[in-house]
Amino acid sequence: MPTLTVDGIEVTVEPGTTVLQACEEAGAEIPRFCYHERLSIAGNCRMCLVEMEKAPKLIASCAMPAGDGMVIHTNTQKVKEGREGAMEFLLINHPLDCPICDQGGECDLQDQSMAYGSGNSRYHEMKRAVAEKNMGPLIKTTMTRCIHCTRCVRFATEVAGVEDLGAINRGENMEIATYLEQALDSELSGNIIDLCPVGALTSKPYAFAARPWELSKTESIDALDAVGANIRVDSRGKEVMRILPRLHEDVNEEWLSDRSRFSYDGLKTQRLDTPYVRKDGKLQPASWSEAFEAIAAKLDGLDGAKIGAIAGDLVCTESMKALKDLMDLLGSPNIDCRQDGAALSAVRSGYLFNSTIAGIEAADALLIVGSNPRHEAALINARIRKRWKMGNFPIALVGEQRDLGYGHEYLGAGPATLADVASGKHSFAKTLKKAKRPMIIVGQGALSRSDGAAVLALAKKIADNFDLVSDDWNGFNVLHTAASRVGGLDLGLLPGEGGKSASDLLDGSLDVLFLLGADEIDTSKLGNSFVIYQGSHGDVGASVADVILPGAAYTEKDAIWVNTEGRPQLGRRAIFPPGDAREDWTILRALSEKLGKTLPYNTLAELRAAMIEAAPHFADIDVVTPAPWGDFGVEGATEDSAFVNPITDYYLTNPISRSSRIMAQCSAAFSKVKTEGTGTNG
Amino acid sequence: MLKDKDRIFTNLYGIHDWKLAGAKSRGIWDNTKALIEMGQDGIIDAIKESGLRGRGGAGFPTGLKWSFMPKESDGRPSYLVVNADESEPGTCKDREIMRFDPHRLLEGCLVAGFAMRAVAAYIYIRGEFVQEAINLEIAIQEAYEDGLIGKNASGSGYDFDIYLHRGAGAYICGEETALIESLEGNKGQPRLKPPFPANVGVWGCPSTVNNVESIAVAPEILRRGEGWFSGLGRPNNTGTKLFCISGHVNKPCNVEEEMGIPLKELIEKHAGGVRGGWDNLLAIIPGGSSVPLLPKEICDTMLMDFDSLRDAQSGLGTAAVIVMDKSTDVIRAIERLSHFYKHESCGQCTPCREGTGWMWRVMQRLVSGDAEVEEIDMLINVSKRIEGHTICALGDAAAWPIQGLVRHFRPVIEERIKSRKAARAA
Repeated sequence: MPTLTVDGIEVTVEPGTTVLQACEEAGAEIPRFCYHERLSIAGNCRMCLVEMEKAPKLIASCAMPAGDGMVIHTNTQKVKEGREGAMEFLLINHPLDCPICDQGGECDLQDQSMAYGSGNSRYHEMKRAVAEKNMGPLIKTTMTRCIHCTRCVRFATEVAGVEDLGAINRGENMEIATYLEQALDSELSGNIIDLCPVGALTSKPYAFAARPWELSKTESIDALDAVGANIRVDSRGKEVMRILPRLHEDVNEEWLSDRSRFSYDGLKTQRLDTPYVRKDGKLQPASWSEAFEAIAAKLDGLDGAKIGAIAGDLVCTESMKALKDLMDLLGSPNIDCRQDGAALSAVRSGYLFNSTIAGIEAADALLIVGSNPRHEAALINARIRKRWKMGNFPIALVGEQRDLGYGHEYLGAGPATLADVASGKHSFAKTLKKAKRPMIIVGQGALSRSDGAAVLALAKKIADNFDLVSDDWNGFNVLHTAASRVGGLDLGLLPGEGGKSASDLLDGSLDVLFLLGADEIDTSKLGNSFVIYQGSHGDVGASVADVILPGAAYTEKDAIWVNTEGRPQLGRRAIFPPGDAREDWTILRALSEKLGKTLPYNTLAELRAAMIEAAPHFADIDVVTPAPWGDFGVEGATEDSAFVNPITDYYLTNPISRSSRIMAQCSAAFSKVKTEGTGTNG
Repeated sequence: MLKDKDRIFTNLYGIHDWKLAGAKSRGIWDNTKALIEMGQDGIIDAIKESGLRGRGGAGFPTGLKWSFMPKESDGRPSYLVVNADESEPGTCKDREIMRFDPHRLLEGCLVAGFAMRAVAAYIYIRGEFVQEAINLEIAIQEAYEDGLIGKNASGSGYDFDIYLHRGAGAYICGEETALIESLEGNKGQPRLKPPFPANVGVWGCPSTVNNVESIAVAPEILRRGEGWFSGLGRPNNTGTKLFCISGHVNKPCNVEEEMGIPLKELIEKHAGGVRGGWDNLLAIIPGGSSVPLLPKEICDTMLMDFDSLRDAQSGLGTAAVIVMDKSTDVIRAIERLSHFYKHESCGQCTPCREGTGWMWRVMQRLVSGDAEVEEIDMLINVSKRIEGHTICALGDAAAWPIQGLVRHFRPVIEERIKSRKAARAA
């Protein structure tokens, strides 16, 4: 452990620490542009220069490993001169267009020039201008502002795993560009906006929309996939202006996927802002009491067995708990939170990402089954890539062959290959056997099939046969795609005794079907079922509804979300729901009263107490409570058909994203299969 | 003046056969096995004793550099990389070695490579050197066919390969770590140090990058004995050196001379003197474009070696002597060099990327006189803010010529600004 002196303060740091980190440890602030903890060291901005005794020149503290006995000065005249020099060089060709720059107010260059700049300019030559680059619908470029720190290049190649970005030309003509003027084809591209220390890369959808100081910042949780990324929702008045990632080392580090970052404009369109009741075959706006009365009239005297409920993908745990309790009070066992038909049971270790996301970094072999993590959980995929880059991490894939952004062995397409691995016949079985901390990730593509339970049993067999589960390691992982799923399973939203599962609830056999935000469903066989839809957006579910109850989107309510690891996290309300829409659990509470089956809680706190009673780990916010290994899956025959990934279009997986103009542009730019031109198609 | 018997480069002017037969007749590849039998430490000690300092410009002791290489492999192979990317304006010595004496370089590669336990040598040759690359390629073929290199090289029992890699014509690729990047197939940008190449070099393996001349003289030093080499020149600046004399002289030439030869003698004896006589001399850049120039009064008594020139706030560099007589617009000359460095900056780090362009633009105005006198001090201040603040030495190389100009010719610059002002007023 090297001990060094920084400005007279002695610090002892871990071996491998840089001088910059050691300085921070000692409380000395070091300005920087190119240095970023999660990226490789470039050492090119020269802003972090410090003086080291016995060194003839100033040293770049970000690139110098801390050594024992080093004496560092960060506040001498020489250092001040060095910083002032670097600052001056950065500014001479930087346009002073801060008033029209979206980075204004949160710009590293602006802040550091205030702190370390000289205050006047000596540069009287012409400034450089650089042509804009097209980087697709998400990233706006103003390359004249670029200071060539190469953070974006390093992020793209190292974290995102796409080699689309680079620096072309030399010297003062150097430009950051995607060589072919292509959009950056990555699900994590938005992060380069955060990484850019200046206004060269800014958010295209957010362009000229707001200034950072006008925004209310609400710390919340993302609900557009099952990762549970920590986000900050920036809002102004009743509008969400943008969504940014928040640091959480164990979940999203400091990254956010593009869908979660840019779907926010979908919160403003296709909204259900008033109750609707179908009259004369047409949905017509109604008051809350009219809507409730219509439901009460329909349910009056109805046997519980003729009522059913499905919870969708974006539903918070509070409303699911209320729905579950209401169905219990109505005497119905027909409730299901698995709208995709995944063959998951109530055994908790059988549906969690048990290794945890951070745990991926400790694993030493990985088998992915029926999943494309790049689309289903882009941030988990980034973690897998991070582990892969460290080396000695064999990865194999069973399912659809896709570019995952890291090297992997493709084993086969369907359950037969999985059975080969499970029985030890396949060569990858040896790799799993040899590994100390092997992992398997089972995607919904492997489970949402008629033989899903048998596939799950095969996966469990692999876990048992190859010691994936031990005292201090659980390598069995289910990768979810929906933010609500684990919470729903935790709260027991599964068919009760004699109850029907999701696909049977949709076959028209019920008199009343309650859809709580369920939109990814097949509505073609509903027949004469009376459908109540509660949710935030007019999507599939609302279009077949007889009564619509307008709810709140994930940014509009305080809610607990449980991610795929089983980590309960607190989402917070950033804005109010539009119009007459209400927080979802309050709607169910009001409806229950109308139905004469009043739910036993009047406040959110009381509801949460009930949730904790049902599932005690809800009390431990941000803690992953390990689940004991259990018995799940049903051994049986599997089909020959290949696994099909659940996500066909990464940008359009949920009602909010489908309502987003930005996501539609992304889908057009990135997802659409390129059809061959005929010469007349434009 | 160097005696003919003490010359190392006996075919500098290409009047003899450069191929293997001719090389052997000049004593190259003569019992190389015996040199290798000196052992690794024996060779390195002899080179240290000889006082050989790197001929690429920085003058770092060659033997010491070789001794930094790991003595025991941790599983990674070691490599010798020969820097044949000779691009410093004014310098043309390595070109002559590769063109007319390629076997001398190859023998040096084997001996030096063996001394640092390298499995192979990579010669990174400047892209524009077409004929030189062809000749080297032929020489490598000849050496392989004759068993001089390859398996059991020269019968020594040591296996050693030599590869030739052609660059694409970027000056910065002559910087050792940028050269390594380029050799690996990446964009030629210098790396951060530490780690140094001897620890993490080409493909992450221990490597040493040496100039062509440093490697080429090694076998001859070993053959004739380190005492012979250290007996030439002056203390700490020993041996012979190739000088490239260009500019306003009557007979521009390359010549091998003893270190420490007086500059005036070098020019008068070998280059036919300054055009119009010594008194017509204005200034000399003594070591390639990157070192500060020296005015005539310093040149009068200047000795050509590392330490003497350093003491005169200049440098021996690559010993490329650029002579300027009184017809020269010295501001314009330095402005041209300034443009060169702006053009060749890799763009990686801030001071050099932004500063070289700034300095060149100011220099342009100094040429025409469209400037303020205060801008001279500002220019020096800018150059000081580049110097020593960059990843590699290109920033320094861009700053020094301008500093040299202002140091010795400030009145000329001020005069030009004043007369321009007067002309505009009139």
